[in-house]
Amino acid sequence: MALIVGIDLGTTNSLVAHMASDGPRVIPGARGQTKVPSIVGLTDNGLLVGDPAKEYLVRDPSRTIYSVKRFMGKAVADVADELKYFPYTLQEKGGVIRIQVGEKTYSPPQVSAMILKELKLRAEAHLGEEITKAVITVPAYFNDSQRQATKDAGLIAGLEVLRIINEPTAASLAYGLQQNTQGNIAVYDLGGGTFDISILKLKDGIFEVLATNGNTHLGGDDFDRRLVDVVIRDIDARHGVKVEDSPELMQAVRLEAEKTKIRLSDEPQAHMAVTLPDGKGTYERTWSRDEFEALVLDLVEQTMTPCRRALSDAALETGQIDEVVLVGGSTRMPLIRSRVQKLFGQTPHCDLNPDEVVALGAAVQAGILAGENKDMLLLDVTPLSLGIETMGNVMSPLIRRNTTIPTSAKEMFTTYVDGQTGVDIHVLQGERELVKDNRSLARFQLKVPPLPAAVPRIEVTFLIDANGILNVTASDIRTGESQSVQVKPSHGLTDEEVETMIRESFQFAAADIQARQVIEARTEADAIIMATEKALQRGTDLIPAEEIESIHHAIEALRVAKAQEDHRQIRAGIADMEKVTHHLAEVLMDATLKEALESKKLSEVTD
Amino acid sequence: MSEHTHQPDSGRSRDLPMARSMCWHCQSEMTGEYFCGRCVKVQPLSKELDYFTCLNLPRKLNLDEQALEETFYALSRSFHPDYYATKDEGEKAISLGNTALLNTAYRTLKDPVQRAEYLIRLEAGSAKDIRTSPPADLFDEILELQEDLEEFRSLSAGESDARRQELLEKLQAERQALEARKAQMESRLREQFGRWDALPADGDVTVQAQKDAVLTGMQEILSNRTYVKNIVNDLVAATSPTGDDGRNIWH
Repeated sequence: MALIVGIDLGTTNSLVAHMASDGPRVIPGARGQTKVPSIVGLTDNGLLVGDPAKEYLVRDPSRTIYSVKRFMGKAVADVADELKYFPYTLQEKGGVIRIQVGEKTYSPPQVSAMILKELKLRAEAHLGEEITKAVITVPAYFNDSQRQATKDAGLIAGLEVLRIINEPTAASLAYGLQQNTQGNIAVYDLGGGTFDISILKLKDGIFEVLATNGNTHLGGDDFDRRLVDVVIRDIDARHGVKVEDSPELMQAVRLEAEKTKIRLSDEPQAHMAVTLPDGKGTYERTWSRDEFEALVLDLVEQTMTPCRRALSDAALETGQIDEVVLVGGSTRMPLIRSRVQKLFGQTPHCDLNPDEVVALGAAVQAGILAGENKDMLLLDVTPLSLGIETMGNVMSPLIRRNTTIPTSAKEMFTTYVDGQTGVDIHVLQGERELVKDNRSLARFQLKVPPLPAAVPRIEVTFLIDANGILNVTASDIRTGESQSVQVKPSHGLTDEEVETMIRESFQFAAADIQARQVIEARTEADAIIMATEKALQRGTDLIPAEEIESIHHAIEALRVAKAQEDHRQIRAGIADMEKVTHHLAEVLMDATLKEALESKKLSEVTD
Repeated sequence: MSEHTHQPDSGRSRDLPMARSMCWHCQSEMTGEYFCGRCVKVQPLSKELDYFTCLNLPRKLNLDEQALEETFYALSRSFHPDYYATKDEGEKAISLGNTALLNTAYRTLKDPVQRAEYLIRLEAGSAKDIRTSPPADLFDEILELQEDLEEFRSLSAGESDARRQELLEKLQAERQALEARKAQMESRLREQFGRWDALPADGDVTVQAQKDAVLTGMQEILSNRTYVKNIVNDLVAATSPTGDDGRNIWH
């Protein structure tokens, strides 16, 4: 049995885990770090994924893609209100977003596949064998299109996705394994971009999900944006700089806001500083936790309604919940902890690292699928009702939300007109009466033999499988013949597109470790050359001419090394650069300090 | 159950009707419960299988909820796709189909109202679908309520606030009255459950007539209850301050 890994494909960070002999383990990277930032840099030198891409983000935002999970299974209109925060241009083809980078466009599953490949490589390097099978987690409230997009991403990355599992449910598996919990538990999962609440009943190894609810567009990113909005206004008012006009500055502000938010979870105050371009100085501000909490209070409140709905669907009162578990990096915020505690009337658990618990749970599920664990079994539900369009633009429901999956519903179709040879069917997901208020999943046409009206009887089976993904089959009741149904997804890639993308993905085959190291070294070399040239402009008068000369030599040497394919040579060139510029850096630092002191004195005088 | 011919079973206390009498895989005669005695492949459940038989329960309406859950968990362990991930495509498909049927059976029997509706369909045939109809004695009251509701919806906040407030209070009172009425219907339904369970499973013409009477009685209560429930949902949607959960598709 080939090894199956568990992957948490997150909005902000992604992780890969496996079942070791003593339990699930997150697989670390070369430098021991467990999280891979879900960021992809499509640089002139090649593909960067994770930490190196995060560094690249501030330098070349238009070629760096982050938070791509927010775009999975979506059309451009679905994300219109948040476009201003993203540095790239979006297009749409076949109901699917395409992210434009330079001359090329990439679908969200393609970008996710780049992250998955990085995790695949990491697992292969650590475990010493080829990895071809995976369990991938998604937010419980993901709809069919978003799940299908995730499965496509796996395919493009060369992974057979054995199961799509829900993040809060995965977390419950990791907790259940550790503590042998019994009873009703609530999993509150607030990640970088999504919120889920799941209510489960744990009994003798069965993990039965009773209800789930959530918001696939609410997470840490939204908290950052509240800070970003204030900072943008501040910078304009104080320094007359329009942040929106500079994608680089926008990203610097965004990353600083994220850092400030994280610090405020541990400290009552946090200082923020953003260097403005063109010598316009530095924007600084100290935030108190209270100030920040006041900014995001309504967002935290927005998570309460799904909690109440899930409880109501599970037919439970808060008093009947035995344990509350917190999952996702955003649950580190004290405000969220206290709000959850208030709702459920008990202290929530956060014994397992909220960043890692989902990946660990995915590894547990991988063990179950591999047949290594026959004690635990997960019975999950479909988060949204499934239905079809009927006369008058109304949705006629077939499968109710929170139904245990797999599940199926059958519906009989006939014709209205003599000789009619096709019946159009429009499949929807959602809880509202009118078609327009629900999510369009797919359309297909049933083939009908030409007969008098109302004579044909075609039975269509809508089956939601254990991944929460819809499968449609049809059969003619009169002849007993089944017919294949060509479903056209409303917001998904076609099979042909996925195949093309699998082929294309080999072009970006950063599979070769050697090639990756060269790409990373080149990118770093670019950064240091750029920084040094800038420093030289400022420091021309501060250091001797011979020194300037030798720095120019070092830059030239590094440029030459960069053109070669040997990453060690590039690294050596970078090290040389650091050596020869050491003095210059010191001199500039002193000058900056002096400037800062002088301006302070000046302000004291003027105050 | 045309295809299903039970093999006389020696040791087991029960066996579920399978879709075929022979193993789909090795063609040997089926003797096991859900798995072929020879090649140990899982077997498809019969499409004709009724939910009570599936979950090993007598066709009664007051049922042992704990036994129901235990059987559901045990059968899930037999059939669930998670335990077939490494098996061949044929077994995967059977696992999927069996689990989908099992889940529907469990969901239907777990809920008392769905259980009663299912039993009526099972006993009386699908022709007797349950329609929603207003309780006869509430007819006039409901007519007036519908008019009030219509007027309330047509008044937007800010205009004729006094009239709006008056209607709101009236509708909220109506809602409470109807909810009480619904609870009353549910307890009457429970009484019918007891009556049904007391009747023998098989019997002569007299027993059959008694059974039909109980079924008809339940059908009327259920159709009235659904009607009242829909109105209560409409009232909740129209009068809740947040508009929360709106007019939902699941009346």
